[in-house]
Amino acid sequence: MVTFTLNGKEVQAEEGTTILQVAEQNNIHIPTLCNHKALEPAGLCRICSVELFDGRRTRFVTACNYPIWPGMEVKTDTEEVIHHRKMIVELLLARCPNNDFVKDLAAQFGVKKPRFILDDDDCILCGLCVRMCERIGAEAIDFSGRGAQMEVATPFDTFSEACVACGACDFICPTGHIKLSEITEKEIRPILSEYDEGLKGRKPVYVPYAQAVPNIPAIDRTKCAHFLTGDCKICADFCPTGAIDHTQVDEEVELEVGSIILATGFKPFDPSVHDEYSYAEHPNVVTSMELERILSSSGPWQGHLIRPSDHKEPKKIAWLQCVGSRDINHCDNGYCSGVCCMYAIKEAVIAKEHAKDGLDTAIFYMDMRTYGKEFEQYYNRASDNGVRFIRSRIHSVDPVPETDNLSLSYVSEAGEIVSEEFDMVVLSVGLEVPQEALELAEKVGLDLNHYRFAKTSSFNPVETSKPGVYACGVLQGPKDIPIAVMEASAAAGAAASRLADSRYTLIREKTFPEERDVSSEEIRIGVFVCHCGVNIGSVVRVPEVAEYAKTLPNVVYAQENLFSCSTDAQAQLVDVIKQQNLNRVVVAACSPRTHEPLFQETLRNSSLNKYLYEQANIRDQCSWVHAADPDAATDKAKDLVRMAVARAGLIEPLPMPAVDVNPAALVVGGGVAGMTSALTLAEQGFKAHIVEKGDTLGGQALHLKKTWKGESVPKFLKDLVAKVNKHKNIEVHLNGEVKEVSGFVGNFKTSIGLNGGENIREIEHGATVLATGAHSIEPEEYLYGHNDRVFNWHELDEAWESDLVKKAESAIFIQCVGSREPERPHCSKICCTFSVQKALELKERKPEMDVYILYRDIRTYGEREDVYKEARAKGIIFIRYTPENKPVVNETKKGNLEVTVVDHVLQRPITLTPDFITLASAIETRGLEELAQMFKVPLSQDKFFLEVHMKLRPVDFATDGIFVCGLAHYPKPIDESITQAQAAAARAATVLARKTIEVEGVVSAVDQNLCRGCGQCVEVCPYGAPELVELSEGVTVSQIQEALCKGCGACAVACPTGAAAIRHFTDEEVLTMVEAALCE
Amino acid sequence: MAGKFEPKIIAFCCNWCAYAGADLAGVSRMQYPPYIRVIRVMCSGRISPDFILKAFQKGADGVLVSG
Repeated sequence: MVTFTLNGKEVQAEEGTTILQVAEQNNIHIPTLCNHKALEPAGLCRICSVELFDGRRTRFVTACNYPIWPGMEVKTDTEEVIHHRKMIVELLLARCPNNDFVKDLAAQFGVKKPRFILDDDDCILCGLCVRMCERIGAEAIDFSGRGAQMEVATPFDTFSEACVACGACDFICPTGHIKLSEITEKEIRPILSEYDEGLKGRKPVYVPYAQAVPNIPAIDRTKCAHFLTGDCKICADFCPTGAIDHTQVDEEVELEVGSIILATGFKPFDPSVHDEYSYAEHPNVVTSMELERILSSSGPWQGHLIRPSDHKEPKKIAWLQCVGSRDINHCDNGYCSGVCCMYAIKEAVIAKEHAKDGLDTAIFYMDMRTYGKEFEQYYNRASDNGVRFIRSRIHSVDPVPETDNLSLSYVSEAGEIVSEEFDMVVLSVGLEVPQEALELAEKVGLDLNHYRFAKTSSFNPVETSKPGVYACGVLQGPKDIPIAVMEASAAAGAAASRLADSRYTLIREKTFPEERDVSSEEIRIGVFVCHCGVNIGSVVRVPEVAEYAKTLPNVVYAQENLFSCSTDAQAQLVDVIKQQNLNRVVVAACSPRTHEPLFQETLRNSSLNKYLYEQANIRDQCSWVHAADPDAATDKAKDLVRMAVARAGLIEPLPMPAVDVNPAALVVGGGVAGMTSALTLAEQGFKAHIVEKGDTLGGQALHLKKTWKGESVPKFLKDLVAKVNKHKNIEVHLNGEVKEVSGFVGNFKTSIGLNGGENIREIEHGATVLATGAHSIEPEEYLYGHNDRVFNWHELDEAWESDLVKKAESAIFIQCVGSREPERPHCSKICCTFSVQKALELKERKPEMDVYILYRDIRTYGEREDVYKEARAKGIIFIRYTPENKPVVNETKKGNLEVTVVDHVLQRPITLTPDFITLASAIETRGLEELAQMFKVPLSQDKFFLEVHMKLRPVDFATDGIFVCGLAHYPKPIDESITQAQAAAARAATVLARKTIEVEGVVSAVDQNLCRGCGQCVEVCPYGAPELVELSEGVTVSQIQEALCKGCGACAVACPTGAAAIRHFTDEEVLTMVEAALCE
Repeated sequence: MAGKFEPKIIAFCCNWCAYAGADLAGVSRMQYPPYIRVIRVMCSGRISPDFILKAFQKGADGVLVSG
């Protein structure tokens, strides 16, 4: 250590440090121009000059490269020093009088007009570029010439061969003098961020996207200067933990597996092939993916809605649907991508929210395909909120000369040609399987269909042509998030069924040392304050906070950490807990939401109960949000630590009882979904009970003959029923009804009433799958029930061989009967495909027959578009009607049918005389309320079961251990029902495969001495955890079922007597934090 | 007391939404005045009127319940 005097104060620092570094450590500012942390100091600009007294005389030295020595006296702010610096700045201003950087510098130093002859340069000869280029390893530029002629140049002033076009010189140049295009002829290509769709640049060292797991940077070897020249490695100098290793190479890892799941994702269609959409040439024609990034707060413009060309806020945006979907002219994507209608509406709604002063949004579409759960309602809301929906496929996008706007021409519903100008056009691009995935598929050897999706059957939707290889997501077919997530679980379930025998063979069990009993110990708190690299440390004065922590009551130990969460810091934490005999730990660092589980695990590794831990959030809620105010941030950090320590003094160890799991499942409903679910579980070795209300298995599938792909449903159903009946792990309870449900995840008890409730059977099970199905309505319109030539959808198949159908010359299908109506707003999803498919079958049997489909939007989503195309090709006539102008069905005196409908092309009513009519009636559930109440699960507005998260957890309920699948979740075709059933089984298996479940310690408890059994806790609890029990005659008290409790504490607030309390968040624990926050 | 008003504000935040929102403000580097002290609870339903009154009693200038 070297001791010397700095501005009159004695300071200490390591030998070899420079004056500048010591000054920085002591918060003394010395200006620099030619200094950069990545580069060797050069002492070129002289602006960092300071006064040095060496015992005999005073002289000027450059702080950046002058090493310290004992006893020296340094002054950084004397009059002479300042005068000297001003002189340098004045000279620079004379050299570069028109450079903004130098002008700013002069203003800072109070230098106005130079006294010297003015030049017009913009280089200050700091040499940062030269040294940077040397560090990068290219050595393309250097100083040339002498004295007044000195300049930065390439050898012989020619384009450099050595330059790697990395741009580091340009980046580091403070004045903007360096221009890469003057140094090299090589193409200068900014590195565009893949995540931001090329709207923004990125560095060669980068985190690929905000949600990356693990969220740590990677080095792009194709762009990193080190991999181009062998030098640089500046990142390694800067990394405080030494995490960067440039010697790493790709490793080839061989894994032995029993099955493979391919989830390779999709690539958005590249619309550059559409010349007439001007995408490649015009910056204001963007893809929907690009707009997603523009609208995102983590996107290129922080979520401000501006257009790329001039960064102005657009006033009018148009979306063009079906770009790269339903298109066999520009590409071979004849399929519907299935997601674009919904995301375009979402983008329009969000764009409207983002626009400050109003935004006109127009979506140009062919059919609005909002067929998913609650999608139709979203569509209606968007329309009510002013999003314009225009039914037209736009032919071309024309730039408007002398503006950055774009013009679209289209034919309106009234048949007029309209030309409209927009500020921005968004192309709603479709989904494709990426090339790499196709190559992988070929390598694995699985068959693809004509659209390059994995070939699968409707009855085994995730199983590919190659046994043991499963596909999910867009590789299996175009689809949205909920179905992709379901398929992911289904694939996991299918793979697990195949590998059932090897379950538990490769597991490593995590064990913890025995917990120390701290109940009789005095409280000993340890506080660990984290720098989080520079994230906290550059704002909050961490050493000061750690010192402060030592003064707080019960704190026996405090230290700072560079990164508290690093593996070595965790190991050290274990040691300190043991050495200092700590029994409460406070870590002041990032958010407990992300890191509490990690530290809690470390406590368990230190023989402490995990609830003896408390975290103060001094990063996300302190240093990051008060970056400009280190004093206030440091004060706040101290307050937060004080609050955490106060609470830590009160927290107690909590038990985490383990309850055994009953490895059986109850499946309610014996349709395809229920049976598939039960069979998937049974194949994995779990017991499954199917309770079916009716006297036969099969459900709605009993009405079906063929899937849209033409596979025979009766044959599949027969096989499935046989497998279910035969499986030793499955018990079927026909004519059964759920009567009573109790218990919780791992240990449910359900009473089944059999044969009309005569016999009661009690079933114990660890998980529940609700697959209760749905029904089509009995239509009240279109003469249904009055004329026997009007069929409900399934009655057509029943009458298929009758003379009426066989001899018919004309048939009509009417769509959306009871669906998409104010009283039943949902789309029933399956009817379009069903009607088109049946129409085709009629046409096949009798090609001369006239078949009409009266529809509102044809929703043959995904690859089902093929049947629609075929139907059109085969001459089935599609007539669109509007809800205001529905078809009218009359009966003539002779009993014949007469249908009048306004033709959308002719714009006039036409009358048809079909031999029969088939109604695509709505699908809805019946009487689910009671069941929902028994299982304590919610229903959506349209009375389907409501899962916990529609996108990300599509088969789970908020209540643990209960899952949903099939039509009871939402109308869906048989393949999606099977997928969801397999998914529900896979999710249930995650419960059943565990031998025990650890119950969280943060739960409510009722002091039964104080409880008067008023039941208010039962009323407020959303999870059904408290129940009233009779202690003795007339004495009713509340009791908490801990496994159901989620620890919200609502009961504690509702309780009028103070009997109910929530552990770990007791009144005392919360109020002590309030007090600690306000005490200073 | 001269100088500007520096209020003491106690915020009770639900762990699952508002507390996560406060974290997100940090991740997004939004800047706000340093007068707020957040107390994390598992649900805003945990906040009894008593907590709010106690905070005012102890000298808080404002109480925010967010969830």
